Amino acid sequence: MSAALSAATPNRVPAESSPSALLSVEHLTMRFGGLVAINDVSFVAAQRQITGIIGPNGAGKTTVFNCLTGFYKPTVGRLMLHHPARPMLLEQMEGFRIAKDAGIARTFQNIRLFPAMSVLENLVVAQHNRLMRASGYSLFGILGLKRYRVAEDEAVAKARRWLDKIDLVPRADEPAGSLPYGAQRRLEIARAMCIDPVLLCLDEPAAGLNPKESGELNELLMSIRDEENTAVLLIEHDMSVVMKISDHIVVLDYGRKIAEGSPDAVRADPNVIRAYLGEEEDEDLPDIVKQDIPEVLS
Amino acid sequence: MAGVVATIAREPKSLAGRIAKDMIISGIIVFLLGSQLIGIETIDDPKGLRFITRYDDVLAAALAVALGRAGLQMLRAGMAKPVLIGSLAFAVAVIGSTLIGGERDLSLLPFDNKIVDWVFGLTAVVFAIRAAVVHGRGSASAHRRGAVMDKISAQTQRFSPYAAGLMILLAVLLPVLFPERRIVDMGILVLTYCMLGWGLNVVVGLAGLLDLGFVAFYAVGAYSYALFAHYFDWSFWACLPLAGAMSAFFGLVLGFPVLRLRGDYLAIVTLGFGEMIRVILINWWWFTGGPDGIRDIPRPSFLGLPFERESPDGSATFHSVVSPILDSMFGIELEFAPLHRIVYLYYIILVLSMVVCVFTLRLRRLPIGRAWEALREDETACRALGINPRNTKLTAFAIGAMIGGFGGAFFATRQGFISPESFSFIESAVILAIVVLGGLGSQLGVVLSSTLLIGLPEVFRELADFRMIAFGAGMVLIMIWRPRGLLAHRDPTVLLHGKAGLKRSNRAMASEGSG
Repeated sequence: MSAALSAATPNRVPAESSPSALLSVEHLTMRFGGLVAINDVSFVAAQRQITGIIGPNGAGKTTVFNCLTGFYKPTVGRLMLHHPARPMLLEQMEGFRIAKDAGIARTFQNIRLFPAMSVLENLVVAQHNRLMRASGYSLFGILGLKRYRVAEDEAVAKARRWLDKIDLVPRADEPAGSLPYGAQRRLEIARAMCIDPVLLCLDEPAAGLNPKESGELNELLMSIRDEENTAVLLIEHDMSVVMKISDHIVVLDYGRKIAEGSPDAVRADPNVIRAYLGEEEDEDLPDIVKQDIPEVLS
Repeated sequence: MAGVVATIAREPKSLAGRIAKDMIISGIIVFLLGSQLIGIETIDDPKGLRFITRYDDVLAAALAVALGRAGLQMLRAGMAKPVLIGSLAFAVAVIGSTLIGGERDLSLLPFDNKIVDWVFGLTAVVFAIRAAVVHGRGSASAHRRGAVMDKISAQTQRFSPYAAGLMILLAVLLPVLFPERRIVDMGILVLTYCMLGWGLNVVVGLAGLLDLGFVAFYAVGAYSYALFAHYFDWSFWACLPLAGAMSAFFGLVLGFPVLRLRGDYLAIVTLGFGEMIRVILINWWWFTGGPDGIRDIPRPSFLGLPFERESPDGSATFHSVVSPILDSMFGIELEFAPLHRIVYLYYIILVLSMVVCVFTLRLRRLPIGRAWEALREDETACRALGINPRNTKLTAFAIGAMIGGFGGAFFATRQGFISPESFSFIESAVILAIVVLGGLGSQLGVVLSSTLLIGLPEVFRELADFRMIAFGAGMVLIMIWRPRGLLAHRDPTVLLHGKAGLKRSNRAMASEGSG
């Protein structure tokens, strides 16, 4: 409980990033005209951990993602990525370089596959930059040199490994747009993983999935964390996903960080309960309701 | 009077009676209107204005409308099949007899005006199409028809290696089989547009960037060659790569400012660029010759040998060198003929277009080609995967422009004279129509549609302006029946399960109706 309480002081900047920190967000603020979508949010995502970002609708979760992945330029703040190669300041990088050089992959709230291209092609396109280098920026490829063909075979092998993981090997040659919804969600995650990211940002991956599918999603995400050496940043409404697999949770409300900590700590945090269920007026609530509140959040 | 009106207003009982009544009433209306509008023609005579009467045309109009009403009534009564057969037979008979007749009037119809014969024939064709649509609607839903068409284009795609082989063989043998200037010239024209179509296909079909100013790059290529030849006396073969490079450079320059635009906005800006290049060519008169153009552009030579009867300085020509060799080796006498140069041009464009075809086919299977297609599908997702949208788009612009430039250089050397008039917007529109009609992204579709759009209008040149009407009608029909083009079918560029995978992919597309 004490950890949760100390983290609940929103303006606290994380102390000098610990060695295991992968991404530190410091004083992130994003204004659209007069609207403050994110107000001075700071948090740390650690290596080999799943960090959940939750909050009611309009809390600014997706805006945080858009700032991280270069779709928005933050008004104020520092986004420091402790990349194995060298530390990088994300807010100063061009959009596509955040995926290419910094290795941050993302998925979208509304699925964004390449629907007319086949499932396999979707995964091969994700390996574009490596294949471009191997094809000598198309020069060797046009001439049909062996060096490029080897690289393409490797790319297909890697795609196949991911297709195995998401159970889509039999449908590999079909157009991605013809897949059922749940399979499209999994394919989008596999595609993001094909760029070999150090950090994977998932924007509501469980939205629209049935309980069985979201159970499979949990396993996929945990295997990514444990086997691929990739940290995961997760926006999710589905509490059964967030609470079960997150190692650390950040709670946003109206663009401010209102709590941070382990799933258990966050679940019991009065600020979080207030944000989700409205103002808590202890005296008026029957005891039975008060007991129920943590369960609603679980 | 009231009795007559009441008789006319009464609905006849039988179908035949209804049709007959409809025919008579509409025939009378057309006769009354037409006797004023069609029946009297004003002639400007040296003695002044006078009138002549054209009763036969009025009768023809009344008859046509009456027949048309009969057809419509029958269609409405659900008799699509007889109308289809009848109108098809009528169309074939009328158009056939008119075509066979040539200059003589062998037509089955009693009019001495050939255009009227054609109008009747083509109207019957339109009727047949309409009857076919009604008939088709009765037997198969539009969705099913779409699925069938998709299956057909998937099959075409499967057999395209054989079809392409056959076409290439035909193309190689064409000047041997038909050694006529008219036919070889037409072959050159069709192949030029094939090549331009494949070039534009990279930009529009693969990268999904709607470019309405493609003719600008065609013009840059043509003028690069013409100006290099004019000012420096460089030969065609030296200038061809230069023309491609110049066009590619212009592709980059014009592509850069429009990177952020998509769809309609991009189309409008590229349209403007196409016009700008033309206007610059007109106004920069001291350099480009302005509206007078550039004349005496050198013809391509064969290993340095010109195609002339005698060269002015007495040096060797193609004929003077090749004919003794043929004579000594095969005992064939080779007479000098102007056709040799045309045939040579034909083979140049054949080789050029084949190179472009293989080049673009390979590009599509490379990472850059896949990135273009991904960019067409979803630019945001591309950026999230670390694909540089700027460079990818600019490569598409540059490569499309380069191919346009090659086409332009060839155009300049074939014509021997170019002026800005050759590079008007209609050229862009025709090339775009070829790509869209053939099916975005389909190589074979471009061949098919450039044969249809360039070849057929040349064949029917004697129909003058009517062929443009037919052109427009054809485009409208394609847009109704096959909005994504004749051969709109996409095969994956890389397969996990080989042929079985291809089959599954085709089935999935057909069932989805998005093939």
